[in-house]
Amino acid sequence: MEQPNVHNEKAKYIIECLIFASEVPLTIEKIKDVLEDKSKKELKELVKELIEDYHNLERGIFIREVAHGYQFCTKPEYAQLIHKLRKSKPYHLTQPTLETLAIVAYKQPVTKAEVELVRGVDCTGVLKSLLEKKLITFQGRKDVLGRPFLYGTTSRFLEVFGLTDLSSLPSIEEIKQLKEADLPLLEQETQ
Amino acid sequence: MNYTVKLDIFEGPLDLLLYLIRKNEVDIYDIPIALITEQYLEYLDLMTVLNLDIAGDFLVMAATLAKIKSKMLLPPSVDSEEGEEEDDPRAELMEHLLEYQQYKEVADRLKNRELLEKDIFTRIQIEEHIPELDKNSAVIEASLFDLVDALKKVIERKDLPGNLMEVAVEKISVREKIGEILSTVKKNQQIIFQSLFDGLSTKYEIVVAFLALLELIRLRAIKVFQVHPHGEIRIIALDRDVRIDTILY
Repeated sequence: MEQPNVHNEKAKYIIECLIFASEVPLTIEKIKDVLEDKSKKELKELVKELIEDYHNLERGIFIREVAHGYQFCTKPEYAQLIHKLRKSKPYHLTQPTLETLAIVAYKQPVTKAEVELVRGVDCTGVLKSLLEKKLITFQGRKDVLGRPFLYGTTSRFLEVFGLTDLSSLPSIEEIKQLKEADLPLLEQETQ
Repeated sequence: MNYTVKLDIFEGPLDLLLYLIRKNEVDIYDIPIALITEQYLEYLDLMTVLNLDIAGDFLVMAATLAKIKSKMLLPPSVDSEEGEEEDDPRAELMEHLLEYQQYKEVADRLKNRELLEKDIFTRIQIEEHIPELDKNSAVIEASLFDLVDALKKVIERKDLPGNLMEVAVEKISVREKIGEILSTVKKNQQIIFQSLFDGLSTKYEIVVAFLALLELIRLRAIKVFQVHPHGEIRIIALDRDVRIDTILY
């Protein structure tokens, strides 16, 4: 008879293969499709173990939880060398792009006019570049005069910024508190 | 000689206002509107001197500031009930600034995260084989962005010599290419986007192939789609006869 823990070990290695072979972050649901006899809870536990295993080993890669799934990644300290290999430049987003993205992320689905109201400037170009980068996408039209397009973030957005899901963004309340906590600091500086 | 310079520092009027508030070390909840308005207008003047294009948004804000300033100079209206506080004319602007500042904060936080393709990397996704189409899986139609993206990758992978002169041999026309693609797609039922460019070595040939592809999509002779977002783009033939005389090229 097979010992249950050996069986679990095997399942862990299968999960490792699945994550490695997947092109997009692999969800627990997809893993369950393959390992049908395991419960989601068991699978989550195994993935957690696997992540720890990589964490404890001195390796160049690790598994991260991102965009509702799991994915193999290279460690940040080797970024330079990968750029050397690929002859690529680091992914760069300008301040206006990031601001616009932040507004879309928190207010989605949101129209261009609503984004422009917050930023106080025309956002046509920035939104276009975000669409091209596949960080945002069209999410239908708003049922108001002119039926303007609505924008929302994509799973690519989660992947690029290493977010598990949208709720892992800090809440607006947290940001407010952070700002207020900053204030006394500023006062000290001026004294 | 005219120089046009675009400064990114103050991307908009709100940016400039926040800068002035920080610079003067004043309280955002109690903005000295006269001082800030004066400095704001000075900056606008400076931008004119430097021959910078002042966007309309800056002028709108200047008008808003002037309006708030004049409202603050007026005595509180007489008919307001006693004990009832007058609305601060700055309230709306203040809230707007605070909201904008919040999103700037979020933007900073996003920037400081470990970014994909900057700090960390995943494997590059290249599908060499065409898996069978799963009947149950939803098919996504490839957008123009996807196509252009895929074309960019093709050109990058080809590593074309940049500055070499091309010697015109026999050049294929878009019309000829359309026929070629159509027969290939019909013969194989399904082909992947990249395979259209196999064996092509000049930018001219690649562009002709791409134009032919776009034209075929316009004529609804073929369909381009992906099985999952950002996946391999595949091309299938639709059962339609294409009349060559409707082709633009």
